[in-house]
Amino acid sequence: MEQTYKWPYENEAGQEETLTCDVLVLGGGLSGCFAAIAAARRGQSVILVEKGVTERSGCAGTGFDHWESACTNPCSQVTPEEIAEAYVREQDWFSNGIAHYIECREGYDRLLDMERFGGKIRDTEDEFAGAEFRDDETKLMFAYDYKNRFTLRVWGSTFKPALAKELKRLGVKVLDRTEATALLTAVNEKGEKQGAGAMGMNVHTGKFYIFRAKATVMCMSRPARVWLFNSDTVGLCEFRPLQSIGSGHAMGWRAGMEFTMMEKSVRAEFSAAGRSFPPYGTGNNHNTWYAATMVDARGVEIPYVDRDGKELKTVSERYYPAPGQKFFLKGGVIDNPKYEYRGPETLDFDTLMKRGYQLPFYADLSRMPEMERKVIWGMMVGEEAKTKIPIYENYKERGFDPEKHMLQSYGTGWQSASFLEQERQFFGAPGGVMHDWDMMTNIPGVFVAGDQIFASDCAGAACATGYYAGRKASAFAGKQEKLLSCSPEEARTEKERLLAPLYADREDGISWKELNMAISKAMQNYCGGVRCEALLREGLDLLDQFERDMVPRLTASNPHELMRVHEVLDILTVSRIVLYASLARKCSSEPLFFRRSDYPQMDPPQWQRHIVLRQEEGKVLERNVPLDYFGSLKEEYEKHNQDYLEGEEAYIYETD
Amino acid sequence: MKQIEYRVSPVPCSTRPLKFDETLCIGCNRCAGVCQCDILIPNPEKGRPPVVMYPGECYYCGACVMACPREGAIRLVHPLMNQAKFVPVKKTDLVDKNAG
Repeated sequence: MEQTYKWPYENEAGQEETLTCDVLVLGGGLSGCFAAIAAARRGQSVILVEKGVTERSGCAGTGFDHWESACTNPCSQVTPEEIAEAYVREQDWFSNGIAHYIECREGYDRLLDMERFGGKIRDTEDEFAGAEFRDDETKLMFAYDYKNRFTLRVWGSTFKPALAKELKRLGVKVLDRTEATALLTAVNEKGEKQGAGAMGMNVHTGKFYIFRAKATVMCMSRPARVWLFNSDTVGLCEFRPLQSIGSGHAMGWRAGMEFTMMEKSVRAEFSAAGRSFPPYGTGNNHNTWYAATMVDARGVEIPYVDRDGKELKTVSERYYPAPGQKFFLKGGVIDNPKYEYRGPETLDFDTLMKRGYQLPFYADLSRMPEMERKVIWGMMVGEEAKTKIPIYENYKERGFDPEKHMLQSYGTGWQSASFLEQERQFFGAPGGVMHDWDMMTNIPGVFVAGDQIFASDCAGAACATGYYAGRKASAFAGKQEKLLSCSPEEARTEKERLLAPLYADREDGISWKELNMAISKAMQNYCGGVRCEALLREGLDLLDQFERDMVPRLTASNPHELMRVHEVLDILTVSRIVLYASLARKCSSEPLFFRRSDYPQMDPPQWQRHIVLRQEEGKVLERNVPLDYFGSLKEEYEKHNQDYLEGEEAYIYETD
Repeated sequence: MKQIEYRVSPVPCSTRPLKFDETLCIGCNRCAGVCQCDILIPNPEKGRPPVVMYPGECYYCGACVMACPREGAIRLVHPLMNQAKFVPVKKTDLVDKNAG
């Protein structure tokens, strides 16, 4: 018989507490921490709500290794305009110009902040003194484009603990193990719907919280587990952390928030619960591993070529633009860049096969100069995401020595596996919440940052947009005389919804895993790479059935399971948004990565626009927004940020 | 609202992400406190390693090992199927005749 343990935490099911603040931050990853810091520096009272533990939560909890688009660092040879505009063009304008520009313009400021908090951003121990990728004066280290120097190699494993410490120092009230589950809205003096805070629960005790705030910043994750699920090794289904499943998207949708590009998903790149291997843990030459030397089964080196197909002779040449090229783009969201931005790359797979190269391929770091080898294996692998213990330390324990061994590659890129077209993932700048130049949503008083926003990606963008949204939320809160009054009925309904699975009839119950499996199978069947009206409608119908017949039967035995149940309910909501968005775009689309069998034409001019969706009382409403709605990046940014340009230092040092 | 009793039993999983060395672990529960996926609960017996309640929910991030004050007390190991293969480097005189 299975052993049953006493629940080790208090039982507070049914209890509730109301907390108030000026600025409420939902999610304590990089963007949430920076949003809270910006608000606290401006003297706002701040509450941060985090489902995990702020010290290590979010995608960069245990680390990240390179910080993109730090265009204002002292060694940079590019301008913020050049890089932000390049991203917009590279992404065919289905791109978040605002977020990219904020990242390019303010990202380096946030890195300096990180250093003030105790994070490591320079090679202070001179471990890499004299290396080609290091500036010996500032001790900053660069990745990818060594000429233009706008991507920094950083020691990201030091960042989250440093941010958590800074939040404490600034007096931010951090509620760890507390899940935000719904937005609170109220009607303001003008008669409009306005953000009034949020609700949530403690995932150890079941206690219900009402957070009343003058402004709210949503910094929660992008969605996950919509197409990929494995009930055995759930934690390995997706690239990002298990607990990051897009609850912010779901609660935003329920509150009437606008979304765009939710029809975008890509063929899956990582699911280590199945075919692929742990990210960064196999031989490859992308991202963290750029530009590793690759060899074939016989040990013959695979050539790197520049964008014109010219073979490169040295390792060093892999880090420089081609003749006549100003800079090249590489990084998290850059898969197969346009000629203009294409950097050095290994010869394409088909050509290699024709020339007789033999599988499997390997990464062979032993052939690289010492500094390049050491920086990939030991710094980048070690600092990136979840590599320090599960990759770097474990491989060492298994005997891997980068001077003596080569590590096998399992795919033709960094993915380490090939997936089917219907196995999809929110990767490469997926859809999310629509916002303006203040990072405000269509609900006044509710701001967004990081993975919560549409078409943004990576750590630098998370930190920069988080801080930016935090200061805009502070300005908004400063203009509110008092907290808006909320309906007690809204709180009561949410509390009942949250706790219901604890009380459901177990004999007739179903588990969160069964529902997640059914949703992901439905999404593979009805919303894969090829879609059509009838399929999408069938998908919606099936999800409606789940909602009606299965949701009331979900059971949980404790608050941990209750948290998982609500994650799946949020996945159900997100899946519906994806179906609605896919129905709304009546064309096939290359940048959004799907085909419509009933509308085969790829990206006709009349569909070159955002289709912005929201729901109101169960009805889906849409409006069109031009892809270039953000206007001239530099001009608009400066118009909206004179305060920051003139006096950010005051905020930084005032509280020191 | 009727008071209900919380119950918890370990959920079986085909892999075992975490192993504790009882001779090294001091039962401080730092690992349980930092785990993002909240897969561990403190052992009811004080001083003993936490109980891995939800092994399948492990995200293999390593935060538990990074937080552990006693080196070697926790081992985090990827499932066997996810252990990538490596081999000794190959020296070869073969060259790609098309290179150049």
